[in-house]
This record gives sequence, C-alpha cells and structure tokens, in this order.
Amino acid sequence: MPKKTPLSWLLLVRQKSRLIVATAGIAFADILMFMQLGFQSGLYDAAIKPHRNLDADLILINPQFRTLFSVKSFQRERLYQARALPEVKEVSSIYINTGQWRNPETRESRAILVWGVEPGKPSFKLPEVEQQLSQITLLKTVLFDQAGRPEYGTVADWLARSPQGLEVELSDRLLNVSGTFTLGASFAADGNTIVSDSTFLHLFPDRSASNIEVGLIQLQPGSDPVVMQQKLSAFLPKDVRVLTVEEFANVEKQYWAEGTGIGFIFGLGAIMGFIVGIVIVYQILYSDVSDHLSEFATMKAMGYSNAFLVRVLITEALILAVIGFLPSMVLAMGLYQITYSATLLPIFMQVDRAITVFVLTVAMCSASSVIAMQKLYQADPADIF
Amino acid sequence: MDQVMDQVTNQVLGQSSSQASAITIQNLNHYFGNGDLKKQVLYDINLIIQAGEIVLLTGPSGSGKTTLLTLLGGLRSAHEGSLKILGQEMCGASKEQLLKTRCNIGYIFQAHNLLSFLTARQNVRLSLELHDHYTDAECDRLVDEMLTAVGLGERLDYYPEQLSGGQKQRVAIARALVSSPKIVLADEPTAALDRKSGRDVVEILQRLAKERDCTILLVTHDNRILDIADRLLYMEDGRLVKDKTE
Repeated sequence: MPKKTPLSWLLLVRQKSRLIVATAGIAFADILMFMQLGFQSGLYDAAIKPHRNLDADLILINPQFRTLFSVKSFQRERLYQARALPEVKEVSSIYINTGQWRNPETRESRAILVWGVEPGKPSFKLPEVEQQLSQITLLKTVLFDQAGRPEYGTVADWLARSPQGLEVELSDRLLNVSGTFTLGASFAADGNTIVSDSTFLHLFPDRSASNIEVGLIQLQPGSDPVVMQQKLSAFLPKDVRVLTVEEFANVEKQYWAEGTGIGFIFGLGAIMGFIVGIVIVYQILYSDVSDHLSEFATMKAMGYSNAFLVRVLITEALILAVIGFLPSMVLAMGLYQITYSATLLPIFMQVDRAITVFVLTVAMCSASSVIAMQKLYQADPADIF
Repeated sequence: MDQVMDQVTNQVLGQSSSQASAITIQNLNHYFGNGDLKKQVLYDINLIIQAGEIVLLTGPSGSGKTTLLTLLGGLRSAHEGSLKILGQEMCGASKEQLLKTRCNIGYIFQAHNLLSFLTARQNVRLSLELHDHYTDAECDRLVDEMLTAVGLGERLDYYPEQLSGGQKQRVAIARALVSSPKIVLADEPTAALDRKSGRDVVEILQRLAKERDCTILLVTHDNRILDIADRLLYMEDGRLVKDKTE
C-alpha cells in the first residue's frame, strides 16, 4: 500500500497566512479559557489556602460556618469535651476576626484577617509561623503576612531595617510586628495577621474568651481520622460539626463557588472562549473548503469518497488544535505570572487544567469541522465537468 | 477490489468478442429536474466504443455532451436504458459502485483542476494512492516516468501556480493516465489553451493512449484537433445524430 500524501498538513503549510490566522485564533480562544479557568481555580486556591495549612487531623466548627469572610463561633467547651476521647491527643483553638490595619506610611486603614492562636499549641503548618510562635506569646505582638496586598505597606522591608520591631496600628491598638510569614490574599481577606489568643482578646474586647471559631483536633498516632470523625460527631452535641481539613477547605470553596457568582462568571467566560474558538476554526475551515471546492470535487471525481475528504478536514482541524494550543499554553503561563504579580492570587499552570483546555480545544476544532463538513458535500463532481 | 473489477472486466471483455468494447450504451435516456420541471436531456443514445479507440464527441453547447460524459464517468447515475463501463452496468448503480468505477477511469477537465497545494508529483501520485496494490517505490517510479513522458521531467516539484496553462494540462494528463486506466474521459481539454499548447496536449494524449491501449472519449469544440480521432461523433439536442467512422 502506498504511503498517503499528508493532504491536511500540506493544505495548511501551503497557506501560511491562513495557518497563522488560524493559530492566532485558536491560541486566543485557548488563552481565554486558560485565564478564566486559572482565575477560578486561583481564587478558590487562595480562599482555601489557610484551611489547608491548618495543623490538625480534624476540625471543629459551628455548623453554620461557611466562610472566613463572615465567621461563626461555637463554645470552646466542645473542644474540651472532644479531648475526653482517648484517641484525641491534643486540641487547640483559633479565634478569627476581621481587623483594621493601618498602613504606617499612608495612614490608610484596610480590613485584614486576624487569627488568634494558642502560641504553645499547633496552629499552622507553616514553618515560618511555627518558628516565630514563641515571639507572639508577648502581649501586643503580631506576625504579618507578607504575601498580602501591597496596600498594607512594605512591612517586611521596614522590619528588616528596624530589628527591634515595628510598631503598627491594628483596630486602633498599637502592636509590635515581630516577624512575617507567607500565606497570601484571598476573597475573604486581602491579608492575614497572627496574634496570640490574649492579644486577640485585647484587640477585640467585645469578644468572649469562651467562644472560638475553629477548633483543631490532633489525634493519637495510628487513629483513623475518618473513623474518629464519625465517633466525634456522635459524641459531641449537634451545635458543632466535625470535619477533616479537606472537607473544611471544601466548605469554604463551596461557599464561593455556589454562594457567589464566581463559578458562574468564570465558567461562562470559559464557555465564551470555547464558542469564540468554534467560530474562528469554523470560519477558517469553511473558507478553506470553499476556496478548494473544485479541487475537492476533482478528488471525488477521481474516486475519493466523501468519508476520505471528511477525514482530511478533521485531521486539518486536529492539527490546528495542536498548533494553536502550544503557544497558548506558553502565553497563558506568562499571563499567569503577570496576574500573580499584580494580584498575588496563586494562579499557576496546572497539568489538569492544561489537559482540560487541550481536550476543549480538540472538541472545539472537531465541532467546527463537523459544521464545515456540510460545505464539503456541496463539492459535486458532476458540476465541475 | 480492483482485482475483482479487473477479473470481471476481463471476463466480460473475453466473452463479448475478440474486439472488446470498453463502453456500451443502449437506449439511454436521461432527465434533469423532477415533476413538472422534468426535462429530458438525452434521447435514446446507442453507442459502442471499442477498447483502444479514440473517439471525439462534438456538438453545440447544451446538446448534452457533458451530461453524457458525466454519466460515463459515474459522476451521475443513469436513469433509463443500459450503460456499461468495462462490463459494469451503471444504470441504477449504487453510490459505492459509482465510486469504484471512478477509480478505474481517468479524467481530464477543461480547467486543469490540479490541487493547488500539491506539487506536480503529489498531484499525480494522488491518483495512484486510490489503489492499494502499488508499493511506495512503484508509486514514485510511475509518477516520475509519467511526468517525464508528458515532458515535465524537469518540473516534478513545481506547484501548479509555477506552471503554464499547457504544462498544467499535461500534469492533468499524467494524473489521468498514471494508474493505466482502461478509459480516459476528457471534457474540452484544449479549451483554455492556445493553439500550440493545445496541439501538444492532444498529441501527448494520443501517443500515450495508443501506447497503453487506452480508450479515450474526448468532448471538444476545437476543430484543430479533430484529426487525432479514430472516430467522430456529433451530438445535437440530446441525440447522437452522426456516427461517422473515419
């Protein structure tokens, strides 16, 4: 059997300008999809980054707790009740509230998330936090999240220049910044600070010490978190909910995905990119078939079947999918980097997203070629004689 | 499949007579349109073309020459009567049968209809790729031989846009003949060419057809090329009015 001439490929490379336009069009559609999906997952990842960094096996929250943006508290007593079970190794509590951070330079206030932790016990899995926890045992000291919005001020720089500590104003009280850590901005908070539980109660005098937002439970080595979750749920009154860390993160994610228009908006954006792509590829393929209609009709007259020509068209679309996808991935990575520097959202290229967009690109090109195929059936060899 | 076709052809040719016919048409009628708009375009055509014959078909525009050619080429299916190409009945044939027959017929069109994105070589090769029994090396050899035979040995890798009208038509001839079809159908192949190129093209066609014992039916308005024919047919108002054997 003779080697087949690669018609689809030759059709593309002999028409350089069409190939460039097609590549640009598909790349554009792909970048749209990459950005929308990237924003979406970046926003989700940012929103749940604190949750995922909590140092615990199980989490206790108020059943109505949905988001860090508006926290719900429960009685600290529940945490002590949990400790009654032999499998529970340790428990610790976290207070959460939104405070007002005043930029020491511009004197402008901005909302910031304040985490009140027990300095002697596990809280965050971040090494920077663990190392500096002893420093915040001092009343009125605070750890500052240097990955927050720049509007809070270049705290890390100032701190480096004044090793004794830096005085800042948080919710109208003077605190001393003893160090920085890296967590990042999210929907709920443009930045984070960590203080000790005593400092927290000093900052928010109307808060009662017996009501906490998040309870962390550490289990004895060897105990299964899932089994313990069921056991604790049955054991504790129904005014608290027992979750694994991942479930806790999902509560937050679900809030932003379903409780707000974010999932819809970015989903719609991605669909728009997809449709734009279909239109562009269809336009390219349609004009390609139109321009070569008599040539395709000639091939039919020679004995080539419709199915053969349809394959040529689909192959052409798939080649375009690959050629358009590759530059879009590189460009999207650049745009992610730009977005990250501008917004501090953790938005990066991920393998599963790249696969998703590639599959969408193939679907987009296939759909276009199916529509453009209609034109191919018009290539009637009886008409060109 | 092709081998089966060849066998069928050989049987039919062997059985019919020593002077085998490539095309046999009996009482062929053909219509365009449906219902009230139905219009007869071919009336009671009877024609036998022997293998190896070069037949020229002339007649005024609208006389049905091209329609007859498209029926012979399996581009349309015939309505009434009998039309046998290489022993295969084309009247009422299925799409697959039409397609199969097309593979065994060479076409030359008024416009060269070369694929603009392929070189001369690739264009000619396309017609061999329809047949699975050629090897890759055979394809390369046949294509180069064929293009050399039509005088384009120096322009194998030229694209159609780099060739003159006559050269393009010669590539089209090479494409039609390379797979050694038993029948070549040509529709005014010289219409777009000047006197000299047109003459060259038909002479090449005649020479190669005679070498390969290939039947040619050529529709033309061009009086300058009538002398290449073994037989001249004249058509008017959908009827074959003259079958003048020279």
